[in-house]
Amino acid sequence: MAQTLLDKVWDLHTVRRLPTGQTQLFIGLHLIHEVTTPQAFAMLRERGLAPAFPDRIFGTMDHIIPTSSLRRPAPDPVAEEMMATLEANCHEHHIPLYGLGDAHQGIVHVIGPELGLTQPGMTIACGDSHTSTHGAFGALAFGIGTSQVRDVLASQCLAMDKPKLRRVRFEGTMGPGVTAKDLALAMIRQLGVNGGVGFAYEYAGDAVARMTMDERMTLCNLSIEGGARMGYVNPDDTTFAFLRGREHAPKGEAWDRAVAWWRSIASDANAAADDERAIDAARIGPVVTWGTNPGQSVMVDEPIPDPASLPPGEREAALEALQFMGFDAGEAVKRRRVDVAFIGSCTNARLSDLRAAASLVRGQRVARHVRGLVVPGSREVQHAAEAEGLDEVFKAAGFEWREPGCSLCLGMNDDKLSGAETCASSSNRNFRGRQGSPTGRTLLMSPAMVAAAAVAGEVVDVRSVVPRGGAVQ
Amino acid sequence: MSASRILSVTGRALPLAGDDIDTDRIMPARHLRAITFDGLERHVFGDDRAHASRDGRVHPMDDPRFAGASVMVVNRNFGCGSSREHAPQGLVRWGIRGIIGESFSEIFFGNAVMLGLPAVTAAPADVAALQAAIERDPQIEVRLDLESMRVTAGTLDLAVHLPAAARDALLTGRWDGLGLLLQDFDQVRAFAAKLPYLRDFA
Ligand code: SF4
Repeated sequence: MAQTLLDKVWDLHTVRRLPTGQTQLFIGLHLIHEVTTPQAFAMLRERGLAPAFPDRIFGTMDHIIPTSSLRRPAPDPVAEEMMATLEANCHEHHIPLYGLGDAHQGIVHVIGPELGLTQPGMTIACGDSHTSTHGAFGALAFGIGTSQVRDVLASQCLAMDKPKLRRVRFEGTMGPGVTAKDLALAMIRQLGVNGGVGFAYEYAGDAVARMTMDERMTLCNLSIEGGARMGYVNPDDTTFAFLRGREHAPKGEAWDRAVAWWRSIASDANAAADDERAIDAARIGPVVTWGTNPGQSVMVDEPIPDPASLPPGEREAALEALQFMGFDAGEAVKRRRVDVAFIGSCTNARLSDLRAAASLVRGQRVARHVRGLVVPGSREVQHAAEAEGLDEVFKAAGFEWREPGCSLCLGMNDDKLSGAETCASSSNRNFRGRQGSPTGRTLLMSPAMVAAAAVAGEVVDVRSVVPRGGAVQ
Repeated sequence: MSASRILSVTGRALPLAGDDIDTDRIMPARHLRAITFDGLERHVFGDDRAHASRDGRVHPMDDPRFAGASVMVVNRNFGCGSSREHAPQGLVRWGIRGIIGESFSEIFFGNAVMLGLPAVTAAPADVAALQAAIERDPQIEVRLDLESMRVTAGTLDLAVHLPAAARDALLTGRWDGLGLLLQDFDQVRAFAAKLPYLRDFA
């Protein structure tokens, strides 16, 4: 019978059926960071256990670390304590760690692919919900809580229920100035922030087939914002070309065997999904969120909906969101004044994102009232961008150029909004308080849209800034 | 790993209305700045509570009418967003022993069950009726029975749902499932040795 990638990879990793009816699923790659693991290691210790497969665990530091300096001890004693705890845990258990200052340090979902740790056909878990990012390579990758981190440390396994599969086809050619971020946000608006609960998403269609790996990562990253714990793209030549030569990718003859196996785990041509949706990529424009969840968005040239026009279940939340954000029903998002522009996060801080943003600020200045921040997703991205002179482009325009980390995506370090500032952000969550100020307001958009907003000092349509067919990718 | 069996939760309840309440709201990220879960009970819904009191409102968690509640009644997609276990940890430490809602995010649900916190679903109309009953009489005793899968409160008697695996785990006291995963661990090692990417794709 025709099988999907979900079926094949799930079966391959099924150790046994547990008495509870759940699957004992083997986890091929476990990624850890400083914020969701200290308690897990402590729980292990309490039980006298140690990691069972330390060579399948890799650590980095991203969430709480400062992005302004690499100094140790870090000026923030809590950050220092969390970093030191991870260092001690990794050292004790012989877990490779890409710590602060390491050439491979970065946001966990950026470095996994960069290092070639992330590969097709794997199961990947991490104590972070955006682990779905790694699905771009045809892996089953999902976020877990700290008690589950403990379980994976101790057993390299999880007790799981197999999700259903929804295939989302993006057909047609994306217009100029439109990115994978816009497609994902449009999808979440259409299917709802909880529409994907219980599903894994398989992204298909010719628009996805043409996407670069960076774009596929952005798309899969945002699966969880639509409620789907995992999202994947079937591996193809684009995937293999990205992986070839990466540090942990197979080498020599093993490479050829790997490619043959990777091809074999893709969904069979006629394999059915539990649900199918089609989205016309050609009809999507640049998207901006106006509310306090990633589903509350419009295309930049569209007015914010009147809550009265929304389904009854969404009205009250929309009213509250409008009030929180300081928007009126029917208002345009265009021309909304922004105080902060943030280019960063595991959604959009890879080299192609920085290039797209730089192309809009080259020779320009950030508006006087705007604080602009560029935080590369990893040290490798940072170095590659610097080799191209992108850091100089951003700095000349008045942006701060930072060390890699999560930074203003979640405001756990010093990078925070203050008061009710409005932030044009290339990150993934516009939840209340997400960017470190309980009253701060986040407008999610693509990195190019953030760059354009930084220069204009307000939300603009990136398509009006760049000639059609111009440099925006 | 011995854990206790959870057959039912009985107590006063607190209604917390709203769809898509994310874990950043339940536990703002600045409270994740610690290497233990200690003290999280002080920060549950911290920003929402401060916001409410600034606006001259009372957040349900600060409402003296609901003080001491052990059951929480929520709406759709509760606990979406970040995977942080700090959210259910904070709720448990605050005193919540059971949650009844229209639906939960998957990661939150899984985290809750692993802490022995049943998160059961009910039909939207039933959730609304329960929330209204608690608002009318905050002293009303709510009983969530995992054996009969019913919730009773005054004259209300509602069906609730919980996936079979989670229900069994709670009823049998095996909600901390690590012991099961570690059983016959040689099998797991033998299994892993056969995975193509762990043997050079040979
Ligand atoms: S960049 Fe943001 S969303 Fe991504 S891992 Fe870091 S905190 Fe989480």
